[in-house]
Amino acid sequence: MKSSAFELKHARTLGEATELLAGADGNAKVLAGGQSLVPMLNLRLARPKLLVDIKRASGFRELAADDKVFSIGAGWTHAEIEDGVLEDPTRGLLRSVAHGIAYRAVRNRGTMGGSLAHADPAADWVSTLAALGAVIVAQGGEEQPKRYAAESFVDGAFSTKLGESEVIAAIEVPRLSADASWAYQKICRKTGEFANAIGVAVLDQKAGIKRVLAGATSGSPALLPETAARLAEAGPGAACEIAAEEIRRVLPNLDIDTQELHAVAVRRALATLGGRQGR
Amino acid sequence: MRGRGRFVGDIHMPGLREVAFLRSPAAHAKISSKAKSPDHAVDTFFSEDLIGVSPIVTRSSIPGYKVSQYPILATDRVRFVGEPVAMCVAKSRAIAEDLIEQVEIGYDDLPVIASCAGGRRENAELLHPEWGDNLFLETFFDSGVDEVIAKAPISVELEMTCARQTMHPMEGKGVLAWWDDRADQLVVHTSTQVPHMIRAGLAECLGIAQAQIRVAPPDVGGGFGYKCLLQPEEVAVAWLAATFKKPFRWTEDRREHLVAGANARQHEYHVKAYADAQGRLLALDAEVSVDTGAYSVWPFTACLEAAQAGGNLPGPYHLPAYRCRTYSVATNKPPFAPYRGVARPGVCFAMEQVIDAIAQKVGREAWEVRRDNLVPASAMPYTNITNKHYDSGDYPEALVAAKDMIGLEAFRAGAKRDDRGRYLGIGFASFTEQSAHGTKVFASWGLPLVPGFDQAHVKLTPDGALEVAAGIHTIGQGLETTLAQIAHEQTGVPLKHIRVTLGDTATTPFSTGAYASRGIVMSGGAVSRAAEVVAGRIKSIAAHLLQVEPAAVGFAEGRIFAANASVTYEDVGRAWYLRPDQLPETVNTAGLEATEGYKPEVDTGVFSYATHAVRLAVDPETGLVEILDYAIVEDCGRMVNPMIVEGQTYGGAAQGIGTALFEESPYDDNAQPLASTLLDYILPGPTELPTFRIDHRETLSPYSAHGIKGVGEGGAIAPPAAIVNAINDALSPLNATIRQVPASPQRIREAIRRARPSQATESRRDVAR
Ligand SMILES: Cc1cc2nc3c(=O)[nH]c(=O)nc-3n(C[C@H](O)[C@H](O)[C@H](O)COP(=O)(O)OP(=O)(O)OC[C@H]3O[C@@H](n4cnc5c(N)ncnc54)[C@H](O)[C@@H]3O)c2cc1C
Repeated sequence: MKSSAFELKHARTLGEATELLAGADGNAKVLAGGQSLVPMLNLRLARPKLLVDIKRASGFRELAADDKVFSIGAGWTHAEIEDGVLEDPTRGLLRSVAHGIAYRAVRNRGTMGGSLAHADPAADWVSTLAALGAVIVAQGGEEQPKRYAAESFVDGAFSTKLGESEVIAAIEVPRLSADASWAYQKICRKTGEFANAIGVAVLDQKAGIKRVLAGATSGSPALLPETAARLAEAGPGAACEIAAEEIRRVLPNLDIDTQELHAVAVRRALATLGGRQGR
Repeated sequence: MRGRGRFVGDIHMPGLREVAFLRSPAAHAKISSKAKSPDHAVDTFFSEDLIGVSPIVTRSSIPGYKVSQYPILATDRVRFVGEPVAMCVAKSRAIAEDLIEQVEIGYDDLPVIASCAGGRRENAELLHPEWGDNLFLETFFDSGVDEVIAKAPISVELEMTCARQTMHPMEGKGVLAWWDDRADQLVVHTSTQVPHMIRAGLAECLGIAQAQIRVAPPDVGGGFGYKCLLQPEEVAVAWLAATFKKPFRWTEDRREHLVAGANARQHEYHVKAYADAQGRLLALDAEVSVDTGAYSVWPFTACLEAAQAGGNLPGPYHLPAYRCRTYSVATNKPPFAPYRGVARPGVCFAMEQVIDAIAQKVGREAWEVRRDNLVPASAMPYTNITNKHYDSGDYPEALVAAKDMIGLEAFRAGAKRDDRGRYLGIGFASFTEQSAHGTKVFASWGLPLVPGFDQAHVKLTPDGALEVAAGIHTIGQGLETTLAQIAHEQTGVPLKHIRVTLGDTATTPFSTGAYASRGIVMSGGAVSRAAEVVAGRIKSIAAHLLQVEPAAVGFAEGRIFAANASVTYEDVGRAWYLRPDQLPETVNTAGLEATEGYKPEVDTGVFSYATHAVRLAVDPETGLVEILDYAIVEDCGRMVNPMIVEGQTYGGAAQGIGTALFEESPYDDNAQPLASTLLDYILPGPTELPTFRIDHRETLSPYSAHGIKGVGEGGAIAPPAAIVNAINDALSPLNATIRQVPASPQRIREAIRRARPSQATESRRDVAR
């Protein structure tokens, strides 16, 4: 279980990283925390000729904020988010999700950008950022960055809209207001495992955000707009009642057991939300 | 932990070449073509290149046993995914893996045997065509049950299965072999539990005299049975070194372990049990199938598992009548190996569910029915229906103590669900752990290599320290400590001056090795004997120095005393080695060293026993189980070192929880393994393990030195049984039962879903309770 041979280059800047990618004819891969890529290399499931290490490249750890959006550089690690090294514009959702990813050793290296680019349907950021309605900012050869909605960025298992020589530069996360409430439910077999089902609910009437999502599906995460609308109108209890039915509709290809498990995750997220609102 | 361990993977050697194996992607196929890359032909090896090498052949003296030819590298057929087909050598493993990719093998698929049922089907494809069927062995035992069955007031019938598993020692298998020109000897540093046996096995497969082979295992990072076998890779690497007179190494990686090492635990049980109206066992009628894989391992044969299953199924109970048929079915999977507990986790899992099912049927608490059936202390020593000779202990007392520790009465008085809606349950499992079984037992299992007396060598050095050597190997079980303790007990030499050397065939006396929970009893006994002899000689020299009779001499505080006068061990050592002129003519010429052998007077095994009790919560929506409390009451006779005993129990119980809830090597219908990384094969981590609460009993064995019994395996035996019983107890209001491990969330959800339509039965049952 050793990787096939590759060349390793350390990009100094984000621009240099995209140049190296563009020059490699699709035979290059970005190396961020390496927590997903290195296993793929060792299993020889990924066999790039060139690895572009972006760990120390400038341009991947920018932070920018206004009163609506907080932009997080793709190179920030799960551990840094967990520890509150940077501001959490979601009033705790990002920190809490980060804490539940893998084990500390993995979180110390794994990055938000790497997680999104790897696009494991069960990855926590994939669901969380889709539920928040975040925007993924990607940089390719052109001057202007591309902007992808997180909810449709992952378009299948281990597949994204990202172009071959594009890198994820940052993720724009909407700010939640003081009125907001959120809940995140990850069902997994043991601490640090990938999820079997994820339920996310975010309600911020002031900022106009009402979103419910079923994640860790077999492909991209599934938004549940009807359940979300019901949540906004009639509260979590009412939303719970229709969640299972909507999940069956939007995820018709899953077997009954998996659909039910997703319904449990979503209902539990909604119930937690109810509890938080009650406080 | 100081990082000073030195494992196969840590060894540096000039000119060392790394080996990678090309493994079969097909479960069952004829090899139609083989082609080496022309650029790397000299570094690529097929079976036909291994001149002089014989396959691994494990004979058994049991009538009807069928012998397999386990090739070192596949010849014309492959029989499981992961079977070595070719090997390549290079200066690094990565390059060796590059070379492997350039080898081309053509496979013509054959029909696949992916299960016991598949193997036993009429006209099934034959794995070993010369056999005529796919059974390594079929056994039948019948004490005469028909009459009892006809009259039995109640009966239960259960089908139960255990998943296939891998053993996952922290360090995988590894072997480094080189040729020592000076000694004209093949030196093999292999990660093994059984170095002296490996020497015999290598000699047989390579056609080299045993004296020309030295097996010198370095530190071994866990074994669990995985490393008590001669592996094809071990033979292949040894052949490279013997042929090219250079060092070669192979270290197993996790994927190789998960695929080619999926070799344990997979049993199927069909049990009918008969009891009186109180739940007292009258008869057991069982069928056990073991998914034995494609070949027999060496030396433990392909029928050890089934033999143990059939023999141990009656468990710690008084069983009047017993019938059991066992099938060791050859399948297209890796060869079955004896994993910690050998068959008994499966046996306990089956038997303990039977007891719970009987209890439910007669409307009593499971622990009461268990107590009424356990062999009582007054019956000890007790020979059971399968001729197991239980030496000592109070089984019911341990059960009752475990029941009290887990707080059954308070639990029954409390709520059946917690505030999160989870169902709560308590489960028990009682078992005996046959340990240190010796010559007769292994001979009755037909093994090609039967353990006899274990030997140990003890020597006082000129400066008064003690050297202890034994042929058993340390695999992390702390033998360096416990053997030193025993030597100290006999000689009085302070622990810090005792050095223990293990395993190396060049420097230690013969032992068949570390398996079957035998180390502390057998090697411990041998060290005790040898140290006792040396102690006697120390005393007589000391007596001479002190001018008293030897009988007046005693050991205390690291010195040798006669009344108030004393000498040191160094004084004695110096007198013997450096100043023999001071000693009388009558001194014992054998000196201050001795090799002695040991086996217990009655060597049918000394039986440790325990009851595990678990309280847990089951989330009915997710199927997730949380262990809330775990109590163990165990008795392994004299505890040489309580910390080590508890360490063994913790570790074993952790593995048992893996078996119960997490670990599984699933295969599809084509016998393709579905778990080849740790993403799919889930091991319990620290947060999945409870704080085990352990209470000890110390009933000495009447048969072994110091009354010691083995304790290495017991922890792993009971958890699947106790946990599944607790899950079924928890789910009883839903009328759901699970009869399979691992009791994964999905299986639990399925069980609940299956039970859903039968609301009517549920209410009926509630009334019955
Ligand atoms: C034991 C273990 C358990 C885990 N458990 C979880 C879990 O519970 N939940 C969870 O969500 N994740 C889990 N993970 C995955 C972990 O979160 C990874 O860190 C993450 O998936 C990848 O991030 P990385 O920075 O390590 O990316 P890398 O491994 O370096 O890269 C992954 C992929 O993304 C690409 N890439 C990386 N950065 C960029 C970029 N800026 N732009 C474009 N492409 C990029 C790489 O080329 C590669 O294809 C686990 C991992 C391990 C090893």
